[in-house]
Amino acid sequence: MTATQVPTREIPYILAITETIAQLMREDERVFLAGEDVGRYGGVFGTTRGLIDEFGERRVVDTPISEAGLLGLGVGAAATGLRPLIEIMFMDFVPIALDQLANQAAKMKYMFGGTATLPLTVRTMAGAGMSMAAQHSQSLEAWLCHVPGLKVVMPSGPYEVKGLLAAAVRDDNPVVVVENKLSLGHTAPVPEELFEIPLGTAHVVRTGADCTVVAMGRMVSEAVEAAGILAAEGVEIEIVDPRTLSPLDLPTIVESVTRTNRAVIVHEAVRFGGFGGEIAAQIQEHAFDHLDAPIARIGAPFSPVPFSPALEQHYVPNAALIVETVRNVLGRVA
Amino acid sequence: MPAKKPRPAKDLSPKVLKDLHRRMVRIRTFEVEAGALMESGRIPGALHLYVGQEAVASGVMCALRDEDQITSTHRGHGHLVAKGGSLDRMFAELFGRSTGYCKGKGGSMHISDFSLGMLGANGIVGGGPPIAVGAAFSNRYRGTDQVAVAFFGDGASNEGSFHEAANMAGLWQLPVVFVCENNGYGEFTAQRDHQRIVDVADRAAGYGMPGVIVDGMDAVAVYEAATAAVARARAGDGPTLLECKTYRFYDHVGVHGMRIPYRDDAEVEEWKRKDAIVALETRLAEVGVMDAGEAAAVHAAVEEEVAAAIAFAEASPFPEPADLLVDVYTAAVGR
Repeated sequence: MTATQVPTREIPYILAITETIAQLMREDERVFLAGEDVGRYGGVFGTTRGLIDEFGERRVVDTPISEAGLLGLGVGAAATGLRPLIEIMFMDFVPIALDQLANQAAKMKYMFGGTATLPLTVRTMAGAGMSMAAQHSQSLEAWLCHVPGLKVVMPSGPYEVKGLLAAAVRDDNPVVVVENKLSLGHTAPVPEELFEIPLGTAHVVRTGADCTVVAMGRMVSEAVEAAGILAAEGVEIEIVDPRTLSPLDLPTIVESVTRTNRAVIVHEAVRFGGFGGEIAAQIQEHAFDHLDAPIARIGAPFSPVPFSPALEQHYVPNAALIVETVRNVLGRVA
Repeated sequence: MPAKKPRPAKDLSPKVLKDLHRRMVRIRTFEVEAGALMESGRIPGALHLYVGQEAVASGVMCALRDEDQITSTHRGHGHLVAKGGSLDRMFAELFGRSTGYCKGKGGSMHISDFSLGMLGANGIVGGGPPIAVGAAFSNRYRGTDQVAVAFFGDGASNEGSFHEAANMAGLWQLPVVFVCENNGYGEFTAQRDHQRIVDVADRAAGYGMPGVIVDGMDAVAVYEAATAAVARARAGDGPTLLECKTYRFYDHVGVHGMRIPYRDDAEVEEWKRKDAIVALETRLAEVGVMDAGEAAAVHAAVEEEVAAAIAFAEASPFPEPADLLVDVYTAAVGR
């Protein structure tokens, strides 16, 4: 899945983020980074480590703990000619800044009759599985996908985070990049040079004839693991990584389902009201006659994210759940 | 209200004084007509009208350059008129026509003109100050000497977004002026019922910036205070919180609103006696800058301009249904 004509090397997701930000800041003076502890500390997850040394305090801005003010800083700067890259430390903190994101940034273009341009990128960290409990573990991407004017991407691996982050920062719209904590150590080949994964294009991670699995963000890794288990049973799943949730590359998903005749959708977010519901509805609208089984959705149960590992391990969807769900969709019971 | 008597402003040029007057008359005339058109049902939706507060927008805008930015509020017509907005395009927007500032997609609460640095009226109370701080950050980052001004009310001074923005502006000494139009009411709730303090300017101290109180019914006083605050910001000496004590003569929405008696008629009448336009005209006559005849001529000319703007708006086409999905996103072009 990597471009072969340019030098690549194996690097983790976390370094892909840092490298990409540095390259984007080198190529465009208008790009600056602002967030809580992004400068001297290098980000609470270390994703911006060292950037202040190269770019200085003017372009790597440590802000007060003021998410609404921070996002407003990005909106005002984007509206006046800059290309802000704003970090909201945890996705759980996005709601604190939601007015600036959903009421201001997302709507300025439209409600001002097209005169405003908002090249704003917001990076934020989602995901459970680290015993960080209910307010530091959520995946809230469905909230953002519901807002016209925003674009939402969920990079599933190091290659994706580089290409999607570059596309986001170069895009003239507000884009939210939803990263995942458990992906930070995930290593894969990544081109050294800056490249873009066009927003709104899905990727077929693995081909297979028996069932389409649409997996978002880190769940792509779980789906790949599930694919190995299922292959040993003679079941070949086709994995589609939407990469961008809004705008959604529906044709790629629908085309896959028309061949496999079955679909399982998996995301880490709470299943009820999750983005999987939208994808399921779109599939049945566009490929109903091709479906041989009801579409299955996998997501977290309808509870806040629990703290104890004893509970959290039953909360976050995983490869085993994907395997079991695919078996059910295929009418096979282990 | 500050007790001090208005000074004769003898140091101000007749040009500035006439400019202040003309901006106020344009706002008043625009708003009176807009209010009548809304209440008669010809303009759809809800208008938050600026009648009574004209001295604030006019005084501040006279102190700004064209390239300086402002963020506005739900009560934003006065800000755009004073910033030099086209009355044609404003009325067209209020009428929901395709020739309007927002092509009929924003209406009263989102009226804007980026070419004039007017970064938008705002339907969210407290939505503007963080954006103004972002513009001020951008001004410094880009190495310009532009100044950003955030207009907001006493009601918005209770929103967290104002406090976050003020803290950041004070911390970084950004070129921004926070102009609080304290009209005594957060929507329908009197100031005494929504905050313990009397002077919003007191809050400036918490953010390391000066808080200045000015008579918001005195356009000259607002102009002088704004000029000082803007100069301070432009020189790199940081933000100022400028509180203008003012009053809206109309209801929160429309002219008469729902006719719910949340404030005394006597209070309204008392403030109307301080009408900033009448006060300035009296003063300008006293100091020999403009007599009653000249003032009347300004009113007549503006009335003609407003009538023409309304005619332009009503003759303009509505947006086409196909326009519904235009401008949700900026298309990727030229890259």
